[in-house]
Amino acid sequence: MDLASAKMIGAGLASIALIGAGVGIGIIFGNYLAGALRNPGAAAGQFTNLLVGFALCEFTGLLGVVMAFIILFT
Amino acid sequence: MEQFEVRPLLPLHIGGLDLSFTNASLWMCIVTAVCAIFLTMAASPRKLVPTRMQSITELSYMFVSDMIRSAAGTEGLKFFPFVFTLFMFVLFSNVIGLFPLIHPFTVTSHIIVTFALAFFVFLMVIVVGLARHGLHFFSLFAPKVPAVMLLVLVPIEVVSFLSRPISLAVRLFANMLAGHTMLYVFGTFVIGLATAGGALSVISIMPFLAIVAVVALEFLIAFLQAYVFAILTCIYLNDALNLHGHH
Repeated sequence: MDLASAKMIGAGLASIALIGAGVGIGIIFGNYLAGALRNPGAAAGQFTNLLVGFALCEFTGLLGVVMAFIILFT
Repeated sequence: MEQFEVRPLLPLHIGGLDLSFTNASLWMCIVTAVCAIFLTMAASPRKLVPTRMQSITELSYMFVSDMIRSAAGTEGLKFFPFVFTLFMFVLFSNVIGLFPLIHPFTVTSHIIVTFALAFFVFLMVIVVGLARHGLHFFSLFAPKVPAVMLLVLVPIEVVSFLSRPISLAVRLFANMLAGHTMLYVFGTFVIGLATAGGALSVISIMPFLAIVAVVALEFLIAFLQAYVFAILTCIYLNDALNLHGHH
């Protein structure tokens, strides 16, 4: 296998990291909604925590994307 | 891709340094100017019953000050000008980068720009923390747990503290880069299908509709990322101001 095609496959493999980010973001928002429906009064106070959790979770997936960019464009 | 290229407009080399005024610098100036002019113009009527433009400014002021108060306490309001500037700069550069007709350059899609912002936040947290608590600031790395657990927790805390500027920078940069790349990819689908002729030209409307939806999503992300950047800055400031306690 030549280097160019190996790079393409590697970049594709690196993008698999986004599966985890997708699952994680789904869990965060799903659990927030479930909690908010049970106790709507407390929901607004946890909105910041929701977004922080979302941001931290998304970052792990984005590391994979950045890895793919590095593989493709160097 | 052409939209991410940095081109020197006014070449300037001092010593071994390349200090050229590039299109990135130009767009940073434009973003700052648009932001300053918009906020000044909108706030200038100073009516008791605000006009629409004035209420945009007042809403964004209240939004940021509420955010600081909830994340870092009333003491954090000393840093309101800093957080508000950061929020507005990131928000305006994200949003201005999405307008297609003026061929904008999205400054936040370059990691060096976002890293400079994030590293400034990181340094400020350290300086504020040391100035306020002295060497006691380093107790931030030691949560109140049994001594044996500290062997494991201190390295984790140190690494997570040091990775803060990287995660702040990469999150904003990767979101902007991925969004613009996605628009570009869907754009090539439209051109490719439309020029293919026959039935393929007809279905080129489908990626076009997808672009419309993606642009709407990008506006949401542009705001959300500016918000996340600002709220994480507030949370890090809270660490520096109150160490473990939550105001």
